[in-house]
Amino acid sequence: MTFSKTTIGRRGLIKGGAALGVGLAAPTFFDSRSFAAAHSGYLNAPTGKSVTLGFNVPQTGPYADEGADELRAYKLAVKHLNGEGDGGMMNTMMIDGGKSALTGNGVLGKKVEYVTGDTQTKSDAARASAKSMIEKDGAVMITGGSSSGVAIAVQGLCQEAGVIFMAGLTHSNDTTGKDKKANGFRHFFNGYMSGAALAPVLEKMYGKERKAYHLTADYTWGWTQQESIQNATEDKGWETVQNVLTPLATTDFSSYVAPVVNSGADILVLNHYGGNMVNSLTSAVQFGLRDKVVNGHNFEIVVPLYSRLMAQGAGENVKGIFGSTNWHWSLSDEGSKAFVQSFGKEYGFPPSQAAHTCYVQTLLYADACERAGTFNPCGVVEALEGLEFDGMGNGPTLYRAEDHQCFKDVLVVKGKENPDSEFDVLEVVEVTPRAQVEYAPDHPMFAGGDLGECNPGA
Amino acid sequence: MDLDAILLQVLNGLDKGSAYALIALGLTLIFGTLGVVNFAHGALFMVGAFCAVSLQKLLTISAITIDETKTDFLGNPLKVKTPYVENWFGEAIGQGIIDWSVPLAILLAIPVMLIIGIVMERGLIKHFYKRPHADQILVTFGLAIVIGEIVKASFGATEIQVPAPEPLSRVTDVGALLGMGDINVTYPTWRLVYFAFAMLVIGVIFAFLRFTTFGMVVRAGMADRETVGLLGIDIDRRFTIMFAIAAVVAGLAGVMYVPIKPPSYELGMQFLVISFVVVVVGGMGSLPGAVSAGFLLGILESFASTNWAKEIIPGIDQIIIYVVAILILLTRPRGLMGRKGVMEE
Repeated sequence: MTFSKTTIGRRGLIKGGAALGVGLAAPTFFDSRSFAAAHSGYLNAPTGKSVTLGFNVPQTGPYADEGADELRAYKLAVKHLNGEGDGGMMNTMMIDGGKSALTGNGVLGKKVEYVTGDTQTKSDAARASAKSMIEKDGAVMITGGSSSGVAIAVQGLCQEAGVIFMAGLTHSNDTTGKDKKANGFRHFFNGYMSGAALAPVLEKMYGKERKAYHLTADYTWGWTQQESIQNATEDKGWETVQNVLTPLATTDFSSYVAPVVNSGADILVLNHYGGNMVNSLTSAVQFGLRDKVVNGHNFEIVVPLYSRLMAQGAGENVKGIFGSTNWHWSLSDEGSKAFVQSFGKEYGFPPSQAAHTCYVQTLLYADACERAGTFNPCGVVEALEGLEFDGMGNGPTLYRAEDHQCFKDVLVVKGKENPDSEFDVLEVVEVTPRAQVEYAPDHPMFAGGDLGECNPGA
Repeated sequence: MDLDAILLQVLNGLDKGSAYALIALGLTLIFGTLGVVNFAHGALFMVGAFCAVSLQKLLTISAITIDETKTDFLGNPLKVKTPYVENWFGEAIGQGIIDWSVPLAILLAIPVMLIIGIVMERGLIKHFYKRPHADQILVTFGLAIVIGEIVKASFGATEIQVPAPEPLSRVTDVGALLGMGDINVTYPTWRLVYFAFAMLVIGVIFAFLRFTTFGMVVRAGMADRETVGLLGIDIDRRFTIMFAIAAVVAGLAGVMYVPIKPPSYELGMQFLVISFVVVVVGGMGSLPGAVSAGFLLGILESFASTNWAKEIIPGIDQIIIYVVAILILLTRPRGLMGRKGVMEE
């Protein structure tokens, strides 16, 4: 049979086909070996063209609004990782002094997909939803949460299962203290840092001779924050008159606030968050505490951990009240501006600090996978430990290897007297430098835990 | 514990007790007339609270102007909102109307809660009269969840602040009020208003049942429904109206409670369980029992939250209500003022 002037015989066709086959197969063969190394030997190693992340946030219950904001941030991060949108903080992110490994082509060439779970702000529900995402949906990383109790519970589960846990909003010292785990990482600041940042500002504003009365939410976060604030303020000369633990389910704080009036204290510290904070602050203001003069001082209220979403709930009551926060949308660094623009254009309002920390955690995880060349939790742990990064809203930041806690600048804020909009409820009073909020890994407030070994789950 | 501290906790207890008493009063009215255990009653309290939130939102619907001198979070010129009521009536009057939105919400809540009560009773609950109490509890509890989710979808999950009118959001010198100069207690004025309002509502309900023909028929129906029906009186229609009145009482309690506790969709559930304890302690079907148990448990809960009580028994503030309920039911199985035969078949 003749096709043209060149004749192709049966033998020639087989030889040519074999050569072509070897040529085409060679790179595939080498690729699949490296692929096998990167995507096997650990739990939920992605085998297809996509990788699944698990976003475990409160979608029902009292923190549902905060959870919804976290979910918005996660979805935005996924868009940016997959090359959609304006890229947000991927454009400003600096890793160890250089550019991030993220290119908008997914992570390690795999499209990022996600599943969501509802923590309901209950430890058992959060563990159940995380377990389901790991076992049924094949999530290779779990992230999220708006409560330290939940974060610690889910972090423990992820350690046992063998996936990475990138904590969302959790402020208890214990998360990276006595309950720290090798597979868990926290970007958010903690109670100790709030105390270290706030105390000097409080001393400057209110003086040394102060008597403080603490009302404290009766669970891990409340206990560690109270201890931190008490220590930090006593170092500045304040006296702690009393610390009263309040049940988490309390809705009317009047019977806890009423004794403050005649206690001899001239400062009330509300170690409350969410609905507790809104309700206790409302009661304190109703009882006229802010109009009193005690010991020759104007009576003052302090809310050590602020959230813009909660501050909106407390309305006019937050005006002039000091607190601390992890991040605020009004910051003017390039990373914050990029994120606020991106989030604001997508959703029509500025992001909360919970949204910020969740977005940053997702990008940091993705970048760590890229640099490690694998989703293997042990590779990710190695890539994140001791990582110095910048351009993500809090200045130069360290992911400390010893406890997986981020060290960065902390914001001291105050309820704004004349807000321009419903989002404009807090103003940044001071950006406390990272050096001021650092502590030794074996600090007594963080003692008792063991990071352990990373667990790849297989 | 000195006299001032005791008085302060009594006042606190009367506040809490006011809310418990009003909710328990409505629950007892419904149980006494219709024989229905209404687990959606807390949700009605919450709906009342959101009537105040809704009115505030309505009154603050705003015209938008652009302020070129300021920018929003995206760097665009700032949109400044001015409520229409301020444009229409002037800034001072407009602000005054918004400031008084909680008391004004009473006018909104009465018709809204009447309609909700009638629709609820005619549309759903009447189909469960002859069903076991367990079915009634399940359907009304389900209804409470549905109402809560609707409110959450509409208003979000975070608490919404609606303050008391400015003149009533200060504190009152209780010593001066009582003419006792040696008492040094100041107390939030709005909480005193709430107590007075609760007493007024309770008084009106009792007077309505005691001194009107309608009330007499209802009381007769509560005692012996069958005989009243045999006399040719349409007792069902009257009981429907009583259900709506109970819904209004819960709604009004909710409206006025908003400045004390910023409402969220969970408000109803937070009050529901304790209100049932109040009803049981007071005695099923007994209106005076519900009211007196509401105040009693409110005051006991308040004292249990004090530091000296918690020093004696740690954690007493979390269990006091249930401890008292157990003690009373052990000694008086029908509750403080329960009648023989109610819930005993």
